Amino acid sequence: MKRNSFPLVMLVLVLAFLYLPIVVLTSNSFNLSRFGGTWEGFTLKWYSQLFNDSQVWAAFINSLLIATGATLASCLLGTTAALALHRWNSRLQNLHYGLIYTPLVIPEILMGISLLLTFTAIGMNCGLHTILLAHTTFCVSYVTMTVLARLQDFDDSLIEAARDLGANAWISFLRVQLPLLLPGIISGGLLAFTLSIDDFVITFFVAGPGSSTLPLKVYSMIKHSPKLPVINCLSTVMLLFTFALVLTSRAFQNLKQPKAHNGLKNGGPA
Amino acid sequence: MSFPSVLWLTFFFVIPTLLVVAISFHSASPDGGIGKEWTLETWRHISNPNYPAIIWRTLWISAATTAGCVILALPCAFAIARMQKKRRTIMAGLIMLPFWTSFVVRVFAWRLLLHPEGFLKHVLLALGLAEPNTQLLYNSGAILLVSVYSFLPFAIMPIYAAAEKFDFSLLEAARDLGARSFLAFRKIFIPGIRRGVISATLMVFIPSVGSYVIPDLVGGKNSELVGNKIYQRTFPDRNLPHASALSALMAIGVLVPLGLVAWLLKRQDRNEALRLAEANGVKQRGGAA
Repeated sequence: MKRNSFPLVMLVLVLAFLYLPIVVLTSNSFNLSRFGGTWEGFTLKWYSQLFNDSQVWAAFINSLLIATGATLASCLLGTTAALALHRWNSRLQNLHYGLIYTPLVIPEILMGISLLLTFTAIGMNCGLHTILLAHTTFCVSYVTMTVLARLQDFDDSLIEAARDLGANAWISFLRVQLPLLLPGIISGGLLAFTLSIDDFVITFFVAGPGSSTLPLKVYSMIKHSPKLPVINCLSTVMLLFTFALVLTSRAFQNLKQPKAHNGLKNGGPA
Repeated sequence: MSFPSVLWLTFFFVIPTLLVVAISFHSASPDGGIGKEWTLETWRHISNPNYPAIIWRTLWISAATTAGCVILALPCAFAIARMQKKRRTIMAGLIMLPFWTSFVVRVFAWRLLLHPEGFLKHVLLALGLAEPNTQLLYNSGAILLVSVYSFLPFAIMPIYAAAEKFDFSLLEAARDLGARSFLAFRKIFIPGIRRGVISATLMVFIPSVGSYVIPDLVGGKNSELVGNKIYQRTFPDRNLPHASALSALMAIGVLVPLGLVAWLLKRQDRNEALRLAEANGVKQRGGAA
């Protein structure tokens, strides 16, 4: 039977729509023209301007520090949360799941303002530390979901086997479960890192004066600086950085998990 | 083991959310802080004629964005679901990749495209589709376009996930019985992936309602949304009770459709289960007789 080609044509058009702004932005970062309506020749001068901007470097360092801290904290919280959700099925865990799930769907601006009000209420001055607390909060949900997905494929009889062989609960977790979950944790951590590095709205609300991250810097350049092509360069660098992180995260997510029965089949005398 | 995350989220998610609601029932003190006594004054202010227009605009732009995303997502999800397994994974990855990149950067890219001297303006002029003084930026249309762009992956993914489980031989059966392909798509495919469409609707509608960056960067003075107002009341005006009341309003606008859909789906599940049980009961009784 002849298939209608309309859906496929739409898919191609939608992909073009999704990538057009990215392609135009990237190519314009090498364009001599200031507004990029026309091509006026290849240049790297905007990039050299970018790399000589000390404020951009300062914002980059802040972003890296916050993303690293938020990743480590959310991996710890997210992994314990996923283990708890996987192991128990109780009313408390239903509530727990709701608590993990809601931050994923609530608009960012609501989380931003509610955290700002909380920090104001307890008299905490805003700065890098408040950004770190806020980022950890929204990253926990993403790490939990990623690790939970990995746990769903986890073969619980591996733990039983370890216990039968004399390992206590702690050792069997540390030596059997954790190494097998590690790709999931790393994958979740990389996503957390990506989200933290790219977050704007929540950061914008809790940043306070003087502490800037890369997205905040891009935003203030868009708003106040006439140096349009330099923003193109910075955006391009950020895009490449994110692409690399996401692809690495994917690679970890797709690592295969061993199964007890597979192991037995391969190792068994039959 | 659930202790650390529950504790953390209670402190940094539950309490802050409750605080927003609580502060909306206070008045602002002149120094930009929060007044001591409880009052309904802030909520009375919200109903002044200025706000309903903004709330109304936020709702219609969100609804239009949702409709646009779902209409574009349906054929895409259909096309991907019919591919071989390996290609499907690659396609899904390609659709999701832009989503992970910085939101500000993507909106900025559109600002560049829609700029009076930008790429799109040149193309439209060359095609004779725009006048030299056509303004592409700073209006509701620009907000709508960039919103559809930004939230489209949220619509494609759930619909694709549902379409992947769809039994495509049903479509062939419909066509064998004489249905044209569009009729089969509308009458068989769309009802079959209903759940995907419902979650796509929510996944697009919710962030649209909460949108701040898009109206701020590509919208104009006459196309402010609730998100802009929350920002304005928080920082330039420093009226935190007002900002809280608007946020509480936004939360209601998000949580009501969410709860409604969850309730509808649950009821549907129960009805289906009942129907199944009934059908089985009938069969068993019939067998026993």
